[in-house]
Amino acid sequence: MAKMSIVEALREGIREEMRRDETVFCLGEDIDVPGGFGGAFTVTLGLSTEFGHERILDTPISEAGIFGAAIGAAIAGMRPIVDVQYGDFLFCAMDQICNQAAKLTYMSGGKLKIPLVMRAPVGATTRGAQHAQSLEAYFCHVPGLKVIAPSTAYDAKGMIKAAIRSNDPVLIFEHKLLYGSKGNRSEASSLSPTGEVPDEDYIVPFGKAAIRREGKHVTIIAKLLMVYKALQAAEELAKEGIEVEVIDPRSLVPFDEEALFTSIAKTHHLVIVEEDHLGWGWGAEIAALVAEKAIYYLDAPVKRVAARDVPIPFAPIMENYVIPDAQRIKAAVREVLI
Amino acid sequence: MANAVSMKISSVRETGLDSNVLGEMFRRMLRIRQYEDAVNFLFLQGKLAGTIHQCQGQEAVAVGSCIELGDDDYITTTHRPAGHCIAKGMTLHSMMAEMFGKLEGCCQGKGGSMHLGDMDKGVIPAIAIVGAGVPISSGVALGFKMQKTKKLAMAFFGDGAVNEGAFHEGINLAVVWKLPAIFICENNFYGASTHISKVIGTETIAERTQSYGLPVETLDGNDVIAVYNSVKKAVERARNGEGPTFIECQTYRRTGHSRSDPNKYRIQEEEAYWLSRDPIVLFRKALIEEKMLSESEIVAIETEVTKEVEASIEYARACTDPQPEDALIGVYSDAEEGN
Repeated sequence: MAKMSIVEALREGIREEMRRDETVFCLGEDIDVPGGFGGAFTVTLGLSTEFGHERILDTPISEAGIFGAAIGAAIAGMRPIVDVQYGDFLFCAMDQICNQAAKLTYMSGGKLKIPLVMRAPVGATTRGAQHAQSLEAYFCHVPGLKVIAPSTAYDAKGMIKAAIRSNDPVLIFEHKLLYGSKGNRSEASSLSPTGEVPDEDYIVPFGKAAIRREGKHVTIIAKLLMVYKALQAAEELAKEGIEVEVIDPRSLVPFDEEALFTSIAKTHHLVIVEEDHLGWGWGAEIAALVAEKAIYYLDAPVKRVAARDVPIPFAPIMENYVIPDAQRIKAAVREVLI
Repeated sequence: MANAVSMKISSVRETGLDSNVLGEMFRRMLRIRQYEDAVNFLFLQGKLAGTIHQCQGQEAVAVGSCIELGDDDYITTTHRPAGHCIAKGMTLHSMMAEMFGKLEGCCQGKGGSMHLGDMDKGVIPAIAIVGAGVPISSGVALGFKMQKTKKLAMAFFGDGAVNEGAFHEGINLAVVWKLPAIFICENNFYGASTHISKVIGTETIAERTQSYGLPVETLDGNDVIAVYNSVKKAVERARNGEGPTFIECQTYRRTGHSRSDPNKYRIQEEEAYWLSRDPIVLFRKALIEEKMLSESEIVAIETEVTKEVEASIEYARACTDPQPEDALIGVYSDAEEGN
């Protein structure tokens, strides 16, 4: 066991898989240029010392090219891990991700495998509208992609290892404010969710949610940074005698419906929290699933707490207003309990 | 364009290829033509669903490019894939069954005319987004290079692809990483109905592409031997670790862009020139004149191919229709393996 930040856990997960399987390699912009950053958030920093620059491959700024090349390498029998610096840049590679990676297996009648991991940092960090988005829902919507969003160091390592071993394209969304507060690339308002990470080989399988806090009055389902905001709200509400259960799905596609339904069968109330925009989003899908399959468990309408439907603004005062915080989550919990 | 149209192609004999290989090249060109003609006929009869983008007239590019490749060299192709698939060795049975939407089709009925492919023959399911196959080919080449093999990747794409970002990004990666990749541009002068002169500022595509730092060539894509000679050098470069090559093959569609296109936008003089130089007629003539194949040997091939195409239609008609729920299978690889 070792205490690790999410950055360290991801790096260790990648390192172990690269040692285990020589077809695994990383590519992306500035991922380990000597004297450089190790990717925008240092996840791959220093890996070239062990694996060399052939397997820690720095690329031009060329997202369509990089993702296309990763898909091609996967077709050739490799297991590439693509780093996109900021999730927002995924839009530059949309055709390769959504038309190619997601569909080639199906179009081939199941004969072609695309074992591909795509790492994308998300979340608002006072960088303005184009380095701030939470993009999970875009990709959850595309059949053929798997989408994961680990929020703890244990899950980060176990899930990136599972992603690398998957024979399908997997998008792993990492939150910039959860990487950890250490190092010269860390964010000012970072949380440091360091956690115990086993030394031995383990994976966290997809499709299994985690209950981060047990409670009997209200269920909150939240992902990435919002897990921590929900836990903060739950802590504060506990003082008022409101016991909140917090579910972290971890794996968005496939999604663990059963864990959610089991929880609301107990609490009869549901609040959905996400950092992505409210309209037509992930929270809407969760609400629809519950409406279709589990509505009789509920004693009150569901409530969604999400980013307001505007591009993410720069000024911290405005950004904080747009992104959900514990206050808004608490208000939503109180509202469903009325 | 010359007034007297030359019906000559490069010397067949000087290639050093024996008559078996030359006969196989002729057979594959003919197979492409007859397959495409049969598909067109079936389509007009209303026997096939969807749309078709046909390659009659471009057979020399596909066959001249693929004859040196092995099954474990991979190609990417386009929404106009049949020629490349046949040139690379795919069977007419598997392709025709796919056109009929049958389970025995090369993509089990999931692909259709724009996604034909067969990994056993090194044909990645055809990519029908213009230009998107170029970086994927570079990636295949990257994988092959990392595995320290001698295998190579070849991308086919049209003149319409060369203004897509993916084309430029893919070529650039192949150059900076010195990858075993060959880029075959089939310049048939029209992206759908738009003439090349309206969309690119240089005389040839090759001269613009050269600036990325790789060897380029522009050649007569209706001369199968010219294509072969050029690709052979590119294959040697790729296998020797000398990096990628770009080859612009100027050629012409004998059909419209897709099923409903009567070609009303084409320049008459240009059309007359290219249609008079049918790549199969030119190759047939050269084979006989240089005494590599006899008239009777060629007729025998023609008869066999005709029967083969007919047999593929018979076969495809008798194949199995998918169940509607088969649509739900094959989205993920892991699910198929029970993970």
